[in-house]
Amino acid sequence: MSVQTKPGDVVPSNEVTLFIDGIQVSVPKGTMAIRAAEKLGIAIPRFCDHPLLDPQGACRECMVEVPDAGNGRGFPKPQTSCTLEVAPNMQIKTQNTSPVAAKAQSGILEFLLINHPLDCPICDKGGECPLQNQAMSNGRGETRYEGVKRTFPKPVSISAQILLDRERCVLCARCTRFSEQISGDPFIALVERGALQQVGMYADQPYDSYFSGNVIQICPVGALTSTDYRFVSRPFDLVSTPVTCEHCAAGCQLRTDHRHYQVKRRLAGDAPEVNEEWSCDVGRFAFRSGHLDDRLATPLVRKDDVLVPASWAEAIDVAVAGLKKAGSAVGVLTGGRLTLEDAYGYAKFTRAVLGTNDIDCRARVASTEEADFLAAEVAGRRLGDGVTYGDLGAASKVILVGFEPEEESPIVFLRLRKAVRKKRLQVTAVAPYLSNGGKKLSATLVPCAPGGEAAALAGVDADAGTIVLVGERAAAFVGLLSAVTDFAAKAGARLAWIPRRAGERGAIEAGCLPNLLPGGREVGEGTARVDVAAHWGSGSLPSAPGRDGRSILAAAATGELKALIVAGVELADLPDVAGATAAIEEAPFVISIEQRTSEVTSRADVVFPVALIEEKAGTFLNWEHRPGRVTRVNRQAASPMTDLRVLAALADALGTSLGIRTPKEALTELESLGAWEGARAAAPTVPVAQQLPPEQGAFRIASWRQLIDGSRGNDGALDLLVTAKPAVARINAAAAEALGVTGGDPITIFGVDGDRVLPVVVEPGMVDSVVWLPGDLGVLGIKPGDVVRLTAGGVA
Amino acid sequence: MTDTLTPVLSANWADPKAWTLGAYQRRGGYDAAAKALKMTPAEVMGIVKDSGLRGRGGAGFPTGMKWSFVPQDNPNPKYLVVNADESEPGTCKDMPLLMASPHTLVEGILISSYAIGVHTAFIYCRGEVLHVIRRLQQAVKEAYAGGHLGSNIYGSGFDLDIIVHAGAGAYICGEETALLDSLEGRRGQPRLRPPFPAVAGLYASPTVINNVESIASVPSILAHGAAWFGSMGSEKSKGYTLYSLSGHVKRPGQFEAPLGITLRQLLELSGGMRDGHELKFWTPGGSSTPILTADDIDIPLDYEGMAAAGTMLGTKALQCFDETTSVVRTTLRWVEFYKHESCGKCTPCREGNWWLVQLLTKFEAGKAVEGDVDKLLDICDNIGGKSFCALADGAVACVTSAVKKFRSEFEAGYKTPAWELFPYERSALFDVEGGAK
Repeated sequence: MSVQTKPGDVVPSNEVTLFIDGIQVSVPKGTMAIRAAEKLGIAIPRFCDHPLLDPQGACRECMVEVPDAGNGRGFPKPQTSCTLEVAPNMQIKTQNTSPVAAKAQSGILEFLLINHPLDCPICDKGGECPLQNQAMSNGRGETRYEGVKRTFPKPVSISAQILLDRERCVLCARCTRFSEQISGDPFIALVERGALQQVGMYADQPYDSYFSGNVIQICPVGALTSTDYRFVSRPFDLVSTPVTCEHCAAGCQLRTDHRHYQVKRRLAGDAPEVNEEWSCDVGRFAFRSGHLDDRLATPLVRKDDVLVPASWAEAIDVAVAGLKKAGSAVGVLTGGRLTLEDAYGYAKFTRAVLGTNDIDCRARVASTEEADFLAAEVAGRRLGDGVTYGDLGAASKVILVGFEPEEESPIVFLRLRKAVRKKRLQVTAVAPYLSNGGKKLSATLVPCAPGGEAAALAGVDADAGTIVLVGERAAAFVGLLSAVTDFAAKAGARLAWIPRRAGERGAIEAGCLPNLLPGGREVGEGTARVDVAAHWGSGSLPSAPGRDGRSILAAAATGELKALIVAGVELADLPDVAGATAAIEEAPFVISIEQRTSEVTSRADVVFPVALIEEKAGTFLNWEHRPGRVTRVNRQAASPMTDLRVLAALADALGTSLGIRTPKEALTELESLGAWEGARAAAPTVPVAQQLPPEQGAFRIASWRQLIDGSRGNDGALDLLVTAKPAVARINAAAAEALGVTGGDPITIFGVDGDRVLPVVVEPGMVDSVVWLPGDLGVLGIKPGDVVRLTAGGVA
Repeated sequence: MTDTLTPVLSANWADPKAWTLGAYQRRGGYDAAAKALKMTPAEVMGIVKDSGLRGRGGAGFPTGMKWSFVPQDNPNPKYLVVNADESEPGTCKDMPLLMASPHTLVEGILISSYAIGVHTAFIYCRGEVLHVIRRLQQAVKEAYAGGHLGSNIYGSGFDLDIIVHAGAGAYICGEETALLDSLEGRRGQPRLRPPFPAVAGLYASPTVINNVESIASVPSILAHGAAWFGSMGSEKSKGYTLYSLSGHVKRPGQFEAPLGITLRQLLELSGGMRDGHELKFWTPGGSSTPILTADDIDIPLDYEGMAAAGTMLGTKALQCFDETTSVVRTTLRWVEFYKHESCGKCTPCREGNWWLVQLLTKFEAGKAVEGDVDKLLDICDNIGGKSFCALADGAVACVTSAVKKFRSEFEAGYKTPAWELFPYERSALFDVEGGAK
């Protein structure tokens, strides 16, 4: 049968109609009976079954009676509904109508409980436990077992953050199937046999996976618990709030559980179109960074070169005095922690209150070409205008350029892996070597040195079924974003730009760029400026394109800019940390709006403390441009002021008005402004910079940030940090030989602003004269694409 | 009565060095293969189908039909896997066959592979029987040297490689899909079906899995024809087969006879039960087949006869127990075996056998309580037909059949230990010191 149908053709029905407990239901062909029952609202008890894992049929809990398989004959024995594919006219009787099914189910539950410790009163899962719940709904109530229970020493640590109580385990294999099928890190497996079967781990390696926390959540009993949450709370004492993860641009829907105004844990939410039911470990475990000693509680004002606590009124007076002095010679630098509403506040404040376009949200390697690219290809779009997660699952080919999904957008990685497994998606990685994440995607490597991506891409086949995913790192290479846009356009392929930070996509939409006003309106476009000014009820908006982040810092250092407003920027994230630090130091006046003390706050003249993400409402736009709600979790905030409130107060004190004080007002105003409907800027056509191969003995840097690294957002998640991948330097065998080193030996990297010693990993497929280094290179004054010298030896 | 024996597979077992290629060929070994390779594969498959040969591993599925399920248009290679993981309690037929005449199997594999279109065949042999593995390896080596394996066999253009693989000692690996997992290097646990091995078996390729005896029967069928094979046995259970008699019989061992022979005839051939004792109960095909009693010794030992008696022909492993034997104790020993061998994948088998052992131990010790027989049967009902594979069905079959036929012995376990009712030394065949009684 042809799968291609032309418009107007009658699409052959792919539905199967069957009867469950006598009720008719139609489901797509290939559906398992347990899913069909769910559609009718009939809950069949289950343990091993999970809709996102391959069927296992191991726990046998979901047995049903099948008096007619659709062919007039029934099955002589009860069938597991999780492995039973529906057939037309099949008759299924669940426990609701079949004593046989009911007895089969209660028999299995009784078996599962004979070796279970029944320690529910001290178990983390007690109260939200499928075993507990189903023992109540489908079990016998009283045990007939009088024998000896199987016992194990407990718990076993299978990673720094996951503990295993083997006694509680019902051996459903959800965790092992997750690790093998979903994340591709099969470091846990069922071992031994019979009643001694247990989850075991690879002897040489703990279960270090970026997705390991999911196994805790899908465990249908309390066998897998987290070191972080173990014995911390009972589920019925927790208040749950659906939130959007603030760690990356994936847009994961999470559930934050709090008690006594303290967040106790975070779980993956249920978002089939985004993160399905998964989360990465950063999203799950890194939520304590705002509760450390460095949290700012009161405004600070510099007096006699020392920052001292001040009242809000005093701090605002000091800030306003500085801003008045500066006039419109103010630069605004925003970072990734900001919500869409916050970002909109800064964008509007910069234009309407300060009267400048000197604003940039890109606290990373960035370029003017990138700003033009964002104006042409990214900003001012709605969900569905561009690529979505769903599209990744339907693509025939995905090309990764300057993008390492597992490290830089882990949920994109899971989606790609799912498509590779289930739909034979072809993944091509344009990269200096095939990373472990790439291998898990069965990716084809198109090898190239950093800076050679554009040339390498030219030789890759692509068509309308292809999606090109380009990462924010592409901005490091002159001409690459132009080349990628051109490549996709010529091939008819679709293109998506995936930044790392949660706030980045929203900030672009809100207008935190020197060339863009909200909604993708170009600063240089007169009607766009008039449009926005009219909406804001302000006079004319500045028409000169603003400075980008680098220029803002440079201008502040020379005094050309008289003041800086910095919010959410970590200097360590910038490509030139020393230069940026000096610029902040030398800037005439610095206002820092921040949650925790930082390298910026310590150099600021006024510091305003603002609310944590869990203390405010808002929106994050993910890479798809999908809005995800941020809901206020904690109503007893140490700092009641949000970024928006601070900006509104400053505007008021400056004698104008921001016009918005709450996230709701900001979002309403932004939405009513809408996206730009006029002509779009043309994509940049910057030629690719020709680069000479490094001299003998020198190496070109390939680099990206690892998911779990020194990010301040991970602070406080101690066990999570233990599972981070070690910082290493990767070179190929020829380079290792030339340097006289083997795997594990130290080598020294000589940066502009310092050296670093890292152990060597010999990566067989690494391109010649390339060294891969972990992504926090700004402190050394170097960035991807730069050439560095390496020498053997050194003391870390 | 000795003329009821039909030695075909066992005909050469007493020959000097029967396991060598030379000895095998002196009896016309590999002539059938040479004959087969001159025919078309379809003709060979047709002869095997016509012969009515049914699987000798227990289930009795027609061998030729199984071969025909292999899709010929699948681009993946096709595999033949010979199940030599003989480990059913009481069963001892494949191991002596391979010990005495491994070339019979190798020739059978050659002919069968040719018929199915297989170029790589595996023999998955039980790991504990090292001497048999060595015989197999030696036979395969000799067969390569003699031109019976390798490329362009007998100038026919047909290529075949045989790989002898040693299992690691798990009963479950006799289950065909667990065997495939084990052969692929994984832990042996049964696979979800569909897909069936004929479509996606070893390395996700079309695979035929046959018992040793089934494949070893193929050369004789090719040599003498389907009609000759069909002239033996009963209407729907054709041919000869190896019966293994053990227990309280005078001369235990392998008896090759047409299907449909009765236990009475076999006991006559083996000298009957030991002196002064009489048959109490027996298994037709290993411990996984429901037990029968002395009343059943005239039922034909073929697939239909056993099914009619509520049991199964199984592996034709006739364990015979005399009146000195405690049914409770015997059942417990069997269930202990299943508990030990349960792979752990599914709940009823893993937990159910764990429980059954504890409950049966109470019966054996006379410490069961009123109602425990019904509880025992109820637990069996919660296991049987509910498990992932047939292992647990076999485990409960011995319990439920024992309770059905000897319920009073179980009820006696409410008060009296089995060792008081059936002093164990009386049923022992050997002294504590060793040596036959």
